[in-house]
Amino acid sequence: MTTIVTKKPAKETASIQPQKKAVYETKQLNLWYGNNHALKNIDLEIMENEVTAIIGPSGCGKSTYIKTLNRMVELVTSVKTSGEILYRGRNIFDQDYGVEELRTRVGMVFQKPNPFPKSIYDNVAYGPRIHGIKNKKILDEIVEKSLRGAAIWDEVKDRLNENAYSISGGQQQRICIARALAIEPDVILMDEPTSALDPISTLKVEELVQELKKDYSIIIVTHNMQQAARISDKTAFFLNGEVVEFDHTDTIFSNPSDKRTEDYISGRFG
Amino acid sequence: MRPSVQEMIAKSNGKKKKKVLEKIIPIILFLIASVSVLTSIGIVLTLIFETITFFTRVPIFDFIFGTTWLPFSNNEAQFGIWPLIIGTLKVTLIAIIVAVPIGISAAIYLSEYASENVRRVVKPVLEVLAGVPTIVYGFFALTFVTPVLQAIYPEIKIFNAISPGIVVGIMIIPMIASLSEDAMSSVPKSIREGALAMGSTKFEVAWKITIPAALSGIVASIVLAVSRAIGETMIVSLAAGSTPRFDGDFTDSIQTMTAYIVQVSKGDAGYGTTIYYSIYAVGFTLFLFTMAMNILAGYVSKRFREEY
Amino acid sequence: MRYIEQQTVVKRMNGRLIANAIFKYIFLAATLLALLALVILLFRIVTQGAGNLSIDFLTNFASRFPDQAGIKAALVGSLWLMMVVAPTSIILGVGSAIYLEEYAKQNRITNFIRMNISNLAGVPSVVFGLLGLTIFVRAMALGNSILAAGFTMSLLILPVIIVASQEAIRAVPGELRDASYGMGATKWQTILKIILPAAIPGILTGSILALSRAIGETAPLIVIGVPVIIQFLPSGVMDTFTALPMQIYDWASRPQQEFQAVAAAGIIVLMAVLLFMNSIAVIIRNKFDKRY
Repeated sequence: MTTIVTKKPAKETASIQPQKKAVYETKQLNLWYGNNHALKNIDLEIMENEVTAIIGPSGCGKSTYIKTLNRMVELVTSVKTSGEILYRGRNIFDQDYGVEELRTRVGMVFQKPNPFPKSIYDNVAYGPRIHGIKNKKILDEIVEKSLRGAAIWDEVKDRLNENAYSISGGQQQRICIARALAIEPDVILMDEPTSALDPISTLKVEELVQELKKDYSIIIVTHNMQQAARISDKTAFFLNGEVVEFDHTDTIFSNPSDKRTEDYISGRFG
Repeated sequence: MRPSVQEMIAKSNGKKKKKVLEKIIPIILFLIASVSVLTSIGIVLTLIFETITFFTRVPIFDFIFGTTWLPFSNNEAQFGIWPLIIGTLKVTLIAIIVAVPIGISAAIYLSEYASENVRRVVKPVLEVLAGVPTIVYGFFALTFVTPVLQAIYPEIKIFNAISPGIVVGIMIIPMIASLSEDAMSSVPKSIREGALAMGSTKFEVAWKITIPAALSGIVASIVLAVSRAIGETMIVSLAAGSTPRFDGDFTDSIQTMTAYIVQVSKGDAGYGTTIYYSIYAVGFTLFLFTMAMNILAGYVSKRFREEY
Repeated sequence: MRYIEQQTVVKRMNGRLIANAIFKYIFLAATLLALLALVILLFRIVTQGAGNLSIDFLTNFASRFPDQAGIKAALVGSLWLMMVVAPTSIILGVGSAIYLEEYAKQNRITNFIRMNISNLAGVPSVVFGLLGLTIFVRAMALGNSILAAGFTMSLLILPVIIVASQEAIRAVPGELRDASYGMGATKWQTILKIILPAAIPGILTGSILALSRAIGETAPLIVIGVPVIIQFLPSGVMDTFTALPMQIYDWASRPQQEFQAVAAAGIIVLMAVLLFMNSIAVIIRNKFDKRY
């Protein structure tokens, strides 16, 4: 089976604006779950105000990698790492770099919509509140701005006090995005954010990602290659814990330099 | 224009309070969690120390091997534990004879035959049965079961081992039924369907497939129920009497270990008397019996667990 | 030649089906027998005690005369007891559960605490009475006060509350934790703002069931020396008191027939209190079921 790759007009990004700064520089990153060597010698440079897609078959380490970027990976089991990840020039594995500080700068959206069993308002206000913002007026302002930013304000503005589980799955996921936006992060990590959504909700989230790119740097893990092709500027192809290829999305999908990348995007495995 | 959210966050997170809290909370919670360990240590040490005091007055040999329990005699006090153990075992035996067949039958019915609707009614009722205070069961034994037994068999005295035994049995039915049912329900449906597809009847599936597979859980539930029966206090205090005896008579007044502790506690044996210390020696013996049963139950369910 | 003769199978089938049917009804009968025991028990107690129930019964103190005996001191005493037991046991139980589920590392100490809790649940209540007598009544010199009895009862039901709270905390989906940590929340913030609110219904249900066990427990109270003939109401936690099951025990163990009826009336009051507590637990459980 072959996949038809819809060619998009060449993106104007990196080539035209070479002065763009790097948000994340990953240098010789290795990661082990116990004895399982999950990430091997990763080198990646992620630029600001771009959408970077990470693709690859199940178990290739793409999810592990994105969770390493905000050190969520450490919550699961005993994890060992070597190498470094520089976020805005500072190594996130540094002893004195608090994970909470890092995660305040880097928002995350998860595979399954996971709103808290609270009202829509309280969900979005959660981040600012835990970080000490108590002023009701400021919170109102932040909630509205975030919900608008997540393109869901019009749908929920009259039901802010309803439980977040009373709305549809697609809306829940956009609430989760609004929740991440509420602390005005620098980077948004998205771990297969549309894998639990129907096609229409998926489309809305994709449009939203395009919109958010103006203000945020976005890293998105997806197993849907068309999605990567549609929304990303750069794409990294992971296989067995290694980065096989990292390039402009157009290059990856039209003219991959590695045979394995070509096999994967043409649907020969995965 | 208000400052950006990140600026506000940076300002409020600069405070030290949060970090200190994150360090102190786990320590406080650890201390709280250690209360349960301290309780166990407290129980063991209390029992051991007061029992040692008891043994400075009554030779340990007499306690462990004696067959006469006469604590209240002024000059001839004797502290041989066996009459109390025999009393406890009599009640436990009756309870098990009542509870095991009924409890396991109910478990089989619920896990193999009953529809979801029946289960939804029966299980809460069993929970209610388990939640009835033991003082209520004791009253029931004394004012209902004993008269009924006497009507059937007039030889039975007002205090005896059978009536409290039956009621302790009723009390532990829910325990056996629900733990056994849990064990049977965890036998995978696919195994049952495999047997049914070969033409087995439901009874054959229960008898040859489910029960053998769930046996460790069933046995563990019985052992735990035995432990409960041994430690049961109020039913025997009200209905079994206070006559420690070293014989095989079930129809006359007996005394269990637990009932002795209650008898002394509600009387006015002064602090520091030999009788006062004797309740710790009896309590320690009781503790060892129940602990042995609990450990045995844990061993059975772990050692003989089926892997599916 | 065939190994299985269809004819023989058919012939034997009848017997097997009969056995199946017979056993089905035996199992059903056993189940009904257990339910019947409950029905008889409740019926007996109501018919014995209903005659003695009156407003006077609730507002009178204990008395030598059965027709004047009331349950006021015991009812109020049980409420006082609960005011000590509820906060003590819930704070200790929920705190332990949070520690075990959220903070404890998988090591020997943690395993020991877990094993210890399950063993503690199997210790007879009368032995807890001995502990309370030695530690609270004598060593800490609290006497046979509400506080001493309350602490003893709290330790008795602690394992139940810990296990129920652990289950409630474990049932909170991991995704909620991830979402909170992902926002830069600290562990304690996540526990306080996300995990506990989500686990509260389960914790409350388990705690109420445990408290209803404490309210019906008699043996530890007898061992720590709680009296029965009390003609006044306690005014503080250091006062001596009596409790419902103590009062019922006293009446039930009296030889006069009339006091049996008084005891039954006391049991009705106790069971009504239990029914009330259990209904609250069921309401909470149903209200918050399946929220995710």
